[in-house]
Amino acid sequence: MSGWPARTATGMVSTVVEALEELRIHRGRVLLSLIGVAIAVCALATVVGAGAIAEQAGREMQERFGGRPATVSFNASTGSGAVDTEAAATAWQTALDRHGIEYASRSGWGSLTVQFADGAVPVSMQVVDPDYGVMHRVRLMDGAWFSERDADRLAPAVIVNEAFWTRLGSPPLASHPTVELVGRGTTTGVITGVTPAQSEWDTEPTAMILTDAFVPLQSATTDPMMGAYSPSYEMWIPDGSAVELTESVKQAFKAELGEGATVDGWRSDYAAQEGDPFLPIKLLVVGVAVVILLLGALGLLTIALVTVRGRIREIGVRRSFGATAGRVFFSVLMETVVGTFVAGVVGVGVAIALVRSPLMGMLLGGAEIQDMPGFPVEAALIGIGSAVAVGALAGLLPALGAVRVKVIDAIRF
Amino acid sequence: MTLIEAHGVGRTVELPDGRPLTILSSVDLTVSESDRVSIVGRSGSGKSTLLNLLGLLDAPTEGELAFLGHDVRRIGSGARDRLRGREVGFVFQQFNLLPGRTALENVQTPLLYSGGREFWRRERIAREMLERVGLGERLTTKPERLSGGEQQRVAIARALVRRPRLILADEPTGALDLETGAEVMALIESVAAETGAALVTITHDPAIAARSNRHLRLVSGRLQATDAAADASAPVGSLHPPATPDADADAEAIAIAEADADVEAVA
Repeated sequence: MSGWPARTATGMVSTVVEALEELRIHRGRVLLSLIGVAIAVCALATVVGAGAIAEQAGREMQERFGGRPATVSFNASTGSGAVDTEAAATAWQTALDRHGIEYASRSGWGSLTVQFADGAVPVSMQVVDPDYGVMHRVRLMDGAWFSERDADRLAPAVIVNEAFWTRLGSPPLASHPTVELVGRGTTTGVITGVTPAQSEWDTEPTAMILTDAFVPLQSATTDPMMGAYSPSYEMWIPDGSAVELTESVKQAFKAELGEGATVDGWRSDYAAQEGDPFLPIKLLVVGVAVVILLLGALGLLTIALVTVRGRIREIGVRRSFGATAGRVFFSVLMETVVGTFVAGVVGVGVAIALVRSPLMGMLLGGAEIQDMPGFPVEAALIGIGSAVAVGALAGLLPALGAVRVKVIDAIRF
Repeated sequence: MTLIEAHGVGRTVELPDGRPLTILSSVDLTVSESDRVSIVGRSGSGKSTLLNLLGLLDAPTEGELAFLGHDVRRIGSGARDRLRGREVGFVFQQFNLLPGRTALENVQTPLLYSGGREFWRRERIAREMLERVGLGERLTTKPERLSGGEQQRVAIARALVRRPRLILADEPTGALDLETGAEVMALIESVAAETGAALVTITHDPAIAARSNRHLRLVSGRLQATDAAADASAPVGSLHPPATPDADADAEAIAIAEADADVEAVA
């Protein structure tokens, strides 16, 4: 490299070297002024990072109810009421196979009587297929989610909630605890998993069971109004093709059900809602972060201005030894920019430690999160970028002041 | 080689009340490589203004001033700064060392503004220069812990580290005792001799002025050649200007000198 590129590169390097040297010389002042920026950036990055975790917690909570994006639910009916469950299952499977849908589940509610030590109790049963666990991010506090092989069990697998399990005396799952399930007939279910309580009010025993295991046990009534099992049909498909696939699967499902059948399909996941459901949280986070950063910038600007006033002679001496006005401008600017960059890195580092700490995880509902997000890259970039921007803004006025220093006066100052 | 050529150079400033004030007028001066020029004059006679013009820190308001053949009024601000950094070394009365930096860092400062190899080898060049001025053992000492003579040696090393062709020394011994002052001047002259640099010294001290081979006196903004022996024998306070053609001119010169002092005070 030679000629102007080499000169330009050397000029840039020497400007940074000069800025670093100034930072080293004035480290006391720099530390004082940058502590504010580092704290502001740390707060900013922590808020953004924690916001991302809180958002993920909220998203996962919504996904537990409505399914992950894009989850599409279908309801099938005929003019005479509910469709035949077995015929609908066949029609549904055919429609799925035709479209190559990988994740799908029937989902409905039924009731079975369970024999506890203190008496028989009717228990709400959520009736699902194995894919439901992935589609709805079902969390277990013990045991394992249903597998495809569970459908072939003679003693159906049952996943119970914490209240159910506690009522049984919290038996270890390794001992394969069983319960009597009473419906149209009586069978013995094996508890293979336990879901944690959703809230402090989640005290009634409920359970989840596979559709194929439940259907033989369901009550004789076929009227959903009387508590008969009437599933909806869910599929988890790529967000981008949701509209086309929904319509196509709907038509196929309807055609398979035969003449007179009606099928409704709709997006049930949170992402189908109008607008960004997390926008209010995001706006609040950004507002707080901006205020914090402005306060940091104000402190930095004040110290930078006072510092330049005290360095008039030094600037004059540098000018007399060949520093151009542009060089002085960029040197002073670089001092704050390099300083705030370092402060930004430190602030983001502390923010990462804070956000990843177990305490913060507990505060933000981290224990609830299945896919714990890493410290968001955008939080780190926003933190460091904001620090540099604040440095440039706060350095601008002092740099302009430094350029206006009259060399002749400065060296006789 | 001619470094500086000044023909009819003048410098006029505007006073706060709008009146013009002439600080320098009709200055003719040529400085060539290896020249040793001393300029004496009363306070307010325009010595510093002339030094600023010669050092490209200021531009004349009249006349022609050429530096290495370039008309200084036609050189852009940035180019003038770079030319100054490359070709001119300043030695100040108050040393003007950067506080908080070691001697080595101070001497490196001008090399931060030189592109290319000088920048990348700045530490070695600065160390060699400090060794040359006898401060090889004080490289990491900060100015606050150096004696006046040592501080001026650091300032000399800094002024010469880029091997400028012109050294401008503004009262270089003004803050030193006689003996140290003589040593410092001997050092400046010897280093300048090595590089063939011209040395222009502004001083009140006739003994320092006498060390030069060309002797000039500034009287009320006008430059006059003078006799070294006369300067050396005359006390500082009695550097009388040569007889003026008439009393009016003498009175005008005193008025300008006083106004010059006013301007410097305002500045």
